[in-house]
Amino acid sequence: MSDLSTADFQPLEIGRESEVISRPSLSYWQDAWIRLKANRRALVSLYIVIGLLAFTLVGPMLWTVDPARQDLDQVSQPPGTDRIATVVAPYEPWFGDENLPGQGLRLAEEATTQVVRLQWDVLPGANGHRVYRNLFPVGPELAYGIPLAEILNNDTLYFEDRLDLKPGNYFYSVVALGPRGEILDEYETLEVDIERVTTVAEAIDRNLVSADADIQDGDQIALEWHPLGTDYLGRDMLARLMAGARVSLFIGIGAPFLFVLFGVFYGSVAGFMGGRADQFMMRTADFVVALPFLLFMIVFKIAFGIGPGESGVFPMLVAMVVLLWPATARLVRGQILQIREQGYIDASRLLGAKTPYLVFRHMIPNTLGVVLVTLTFAIPSAIFTEAFLSFIGMGVAPPTPSWGSMSNEGIKTMLTTPHELIFPAIFISLTVLAFNLLGDGLRDALDARMRNQE
Amino acid sequence: MSDTSSVTIEADQGFTRSAGKQLAMYALYAIAFIAFVMFVLSIAAGSAGSTATGNAIDVENNIITIALREEPPQMDAARATDASSHVVLAHVMEGLISYDLDGQPIPGVAERWEIREDGATFWLREDALWSDGEPVTAHDFVFSWRRVLNPETASQYAFILYPVKNAEAINQGDLPPETLGVRAAGDRVLEVEFERPTPYFDKLVSFLTYYPTREDFFNSTNGRYGADADMMLYNGPYVLTEWVHGSTMRWEKNELYWNKENKGFIDEIRTAYITQDINAKLNLFKDGQIADTHLLSPMLPTAMEQRWQIDRSMDGSVFYLEFNHREDRITRNWHFRRAIQLAQDPSELVYKVLKEPSYLPGVSLFPAWLNGVSESFHKEYPPVEHKMNVEKAREHLEMARQELGIDEFPPLMMLTGDTPISLLAAEYYQQLFRENLGLELRLDVQIFKQRLDKMRQGDFDIVLSGWGPDYNDVLTYGDLFSSWNLQNRGRYNSAKMDSWIRVAQSELDPQKRMDAFGEIQRLLYEDVVIIPMYERGFSFVVDPRLKDFRRRSVGPEVDYNFAYIDASGQ
Amino acid sequence: MWMYILKRLLQGVLTVWFIATATFFAMHNVPGDPLSNERAMTEITRANLEAKYGLDQPLFTQYRIFLVNLLQGDFGISFVQENREVNDIIREHFPVSAILGVLAVIFAATGGVLLGALTALYRNRLPDYIIMFLVILGISVPSFVVAALSQLTLVTLNTAVGRTLIPVAGWGTIMHMLVPALVLGLSTMAYLTRLMRSSMLEVTSSDYVRTAKSKGAPPTRIFTHHQLRNAVLPVVTVLGPAIAAITTGGFVVELVFAIPGLGRYFVEAVQQLDYTVIMGTTVFYGAFLVFMVILVDVVYGFIDPRVRLEK
Repeated sequence: MSDLSTADFQPLEIGRESEVISRPSLSYWQDAWIRLKANRRALVSLYIVIGLLAFTLVGPMLWTVDPARQDLDQVSQPPGTDRIATVVAPYEPWFGDENLPGQGLRLAEEATTQVVRLQWDVLPGANGHRVYRNLFPVGPELAYGIPLAEILNNDTLYFEDRLDLKPGNYFYSVVALGPRGEILDEYETLEVDIERVTTVAEAIDRNLVSADADIQDGDQIALEWHPLGTDYLGRDMLARLMAGARVSLFIGIGAPFLFVLFGVFYGSVAGFMGGRADQFMMRTADFVVALPFLLFMIVFKIAFGIGPGESGVFPMLVAMVVLLWPATARLVRGQILQIREQGYIDASRLLGAKTPYLVFRHMIPNTLGVVLVTLTFAIPSAIFTEAFLSFIGMGVAPPTPSWGSMSNEGIKTMLTTPHELIFPAIFISLTVLAFNLLGDGLRDALDARMRNQE
Repeated sequence: MSDTSSVTIEADQGFTRSAGKQLAMYALYAIAFIAFVMFVLSIAAGSAGSTATGNAIDVENNIITIALREEPPQMDAARATDASSHVVLAHVMEGLISYDLDGQPIPGVAERWEIREDGATFWLREDALWSDGEPVTAHDFVFSWRRVLNPETASQYAFILYPVKNAEAINQGDLPPETLGVRAAGDRVLEVEFERPTPYFDKLVSFLTYYPTREDFFNSTNGRYGADADMMLYNGPYVLTEWVHGSTMRWEKNELYWNKENKGFIDEIRTAYITQDINAKLNLFKDGQIADTHLLSPMLPTAMEQRWQIDRSMDGSVFYLEFNHREDRITRNWHFRRAIQLAQDPSELVYKVLKEPSYLPGVSLFPAWLNGVSESFHKEYPPVEHKMNVEKAREHLEMARQELGIDEFPPLMMLTGDTPISLLAAEYYQQLFRENLGLELRLDVQIFKQRLDKMRQGDFDIVLSGWGPDYNDVLTYGDLFSSWNLQNRGRYNSAKMDSWIRVAQSELDPQKRMDAFGEIQRLLYEDVVIIPMYERGFSFVVDPRLKDFRRRSVGPEVDYNFAYIDASGQ
Repeated sequence: MWMYILKRLLQGVLTVWFIATATFFAMHNVPGDPLSNERAMTEITRANLEAKYGLDQPLFTQYRIFLVNLLQGDFGISFVQENREVNDIIREHFPVSAILGVLAVIFAATGGVLLGALTALYRNRLPDYIIMFLVILGISVPSFVVAALSQLTLVTLNTAVGRTLIPVAGWGTIMHMLVPALVLGLSTMAYLTRLMRSSMLEVTSSDYVRTAKSKGAPPTRIFTHHQLRNAVLPVVTVLGPAIAAITTGGFVVELVFAIPGLGRYFVEAVQQLDYTVIMGTTVFYGAFLVFMVILVDVVYGFIDPRVRLEK
């Protein structure tokens, strides 16, 4: 036990490390990022969010079609419709042709998407006629289709159909009317094949051909290309979705950003001051929380009013900020109260740190994780709110598009042209889903323990 | 889905199976529990505004089920203004003059009448009874009309009684209601004095504001007249026997009605649904829950696929762009208005944008269904043929620019309601005038009441506006743009127009009167007071077992007074 | 405890006053005129109508009258339904919304717990994938799209069967309630399923479950007594806000399914600018929510002593 000599107590060589930190030191954010990267679902969501932002911001530069431009030749076209059209002369009114050969219900000329000209002879026992158009042949139930016109005399035996003509097959019928305008059983029907056409003037107007190009009637040209089809006014869906994304994401991201920012400020002030001031501030917040949200969104919306030419985006934003900040404020206050009791704050204070330093160096950074997660989860509900308000007609004012108002329009034509609903609905769903999953990932990565953020 | 816990549970099949079984048990309990709760709730709901379900047509019991657009605010005819009240009132009340299946006037409470230059006399029938068995007398009309005009009633349709002597002065509070030019000569003769010659008075009296009210009953309701089914008396083909607010109404056949051989064939009409959602109505119809519904163009392919017999009718209303003619407005400039007029074509709007097959492109303020002297008004006085001409439009715009002495046109405010059709039209015009004239239109989309308020204040340049008829005479449109009409929201003011309207109001010779309307129609086009957009119509479907159902241009929008069930053909 | 309840109730009353004031001044800031109608009115008619509704009084007098009436539980007369009191309207329409809401909450809670447990039990197997896919749809598809699609499905179903299995719209019987309540509860159900699933997984890997297993307790007992019971706790705590969200979120469902509830009535009142109905409904809903929250808190206080101590 006593064999130790001084030789046994050699100092270590300088530079040899006794302990090695085998991994590089990571800051909180670096660590969170690594954990987020490991979460495949969150990462995919992050890419989707980035993709959506690119779609909104860069998209319009690549796809420069004006979202307001109306292509009335291609209204409510689903994507991938044939675009070849034949050039014909411009429309001139027509009042029947006395020398038209043939008998019964017949076409006066080739049927086109511009006009279908029908002529017929008086049906037996008729005091007038009704003209119908159908998508199906007339069956035993005598359902003739859409009544296009009612002519209560036997002098007019012609009709021009210009109503929303689409290429394809129609079945036209004329039905005899009795003296009081009642429908008799006598009818004639005709199957008509409609050809897609356009005029030279329209082709030039839409830049399909150059103004000096030599175009004859009967030539074939391709109409404008709409990759995602068109809406009910013939506007390009893709361009409108991009324009709509600007509104929806502006509200969806802008409003949460603002109210979270305000909530952080309010909550940290209240939490830091404590005592009476804190009590008072939190009571005020409780008042605001108690306002029924959707009802007040609607009340605010009509109270602000929307002037001419305004989109109503700004009032909606303000209303959301006014109504939604307290949740974040409460959360942040709670965090601040916790942090205030931490040892490192006391230590910092002992070392002479001033209040602003404490707030900005310690308190706010330490709540940032929670705030970020709150923000991510607030975005989907803001997007839903916008869509909901647009659905009940209290959203952004036309012609400004938003995904919500576009789906609202699309619902009306859900059966005939589902693409007008499907595309905006997909964008809403995708965005909401992406932010939800990203929020999950962030929460796990930041280990921000929060039970619910209502 | 924070599925990050790394601990794996043993893939113990046995555990999963027995736990799964347990879970299934719980699910069964839960379903039983929910079923029980729903049962309890449905009993509770029975007392909380349930909508009865029956089939659209109950052949056995002679009952039909229909949907109403909205809840009638109240059933007091003196104050009713909306379409739903009108529909119900037209079935449970009857005025002096009624109408037949084809909308032609026939005797109502009055069995005959006489209209003179200075007044009119109505001889009331003996067998017209109130639903409590008392006869309908001339006093009931006197009381009702005085009440309508009494400013305290604040009836918004009071103006329709203005042809009666002193009516306007009474309504303004200048004269007491007793001075009204109407009196009962006994129980069965009603004498009316006119303020000015009113040759169309027979058309007016079938309107609901002219319906009778019995004084003693009215007083017994304590100001709640028309608020509930038992708070009013009926004299029409049906009586309202039940009114669950916001939910259902029950109209039953009126056994005391004098004309029940010709009207009111159905034992009971139930308005079981109140919805404005046209898609919901379509689904209800498809499901056999309601007897009729109207169709918007996106629904037509479905209707064709279902092989329904689609019908059409004109709604009676005309829609138009109305300019603001006030001093400080650019739209006061004729060249400017002319430019707008030439740069558009209503047929493109109807055929390509609105796509409603029952709409007619607007050609005049006076719709196509109005009658002239002996034939349709349009046939006797064809509207000016309009042709779109963008080049000429631009010339006029240039002239307007010079006249106004401005370099560039400021953005124009286009006021519009928030209905889908008016939004569609507004968006179309915005783009159209931008492309054709380089004009910037700012859409001002407002809910109904806010739009009306802005119209009243004159806070617009162009407004998408419309007018529905109150009675079956050209004048229901003809006097809209007189300088004294409060309805003239653009404050169009022209001596020529005013003088023609005065002729149209009081001229007794039908030909001269119609000529005046012809002049008004021409002036409206030439002076570009308005730009007609479309005449509204409806495509609709009716259950094939329900016969003689009508949609009307004048009067109630849907009319079941003549309807009966005939299931034989099915 | 009683002091606590009294204090909360006082705060509640104060909050309702705040809601009423905010609503009143917001509504009186609304541009437009609730009295306007399609047919223009003479000045005297307008004046009479204004007097009837007290709109001719100075704003502060109107506010005072509004508050005094409110204290007596009177919201005034509807502007549109001239003969009906707002109280009657609420009395008639709110029970409908409430029934729909209660049913939706029950659907959401039972469905969420059961499905959540199921997905946890069959983790990473077919039932899990199917349910979680539906959950994702429930969370990310807007409610009006779901409502419209489900109505469409019903129509197709009824047409295929050839008779009305489930009515597509309307109100009154069990069958009328089924689909609207499901649609209304869907997003909450999806949320609760997720919560239940992760909560179950957490519990499954906990020490006490492992102990129970090693002790040889029967699987059903472990599942019900140790896993389900503990996993359900976090779900119960979020039910309060969920109820609030559901009862006030019925607008869309009521609109699409033509249900005569208060939500739909509110939307229609807004289109019509029916001041008294808008104010009455908002204040009523606000008060309802405030006192619901107090009730839930007090009940928790009785159940869980920890909550009581914190306050």
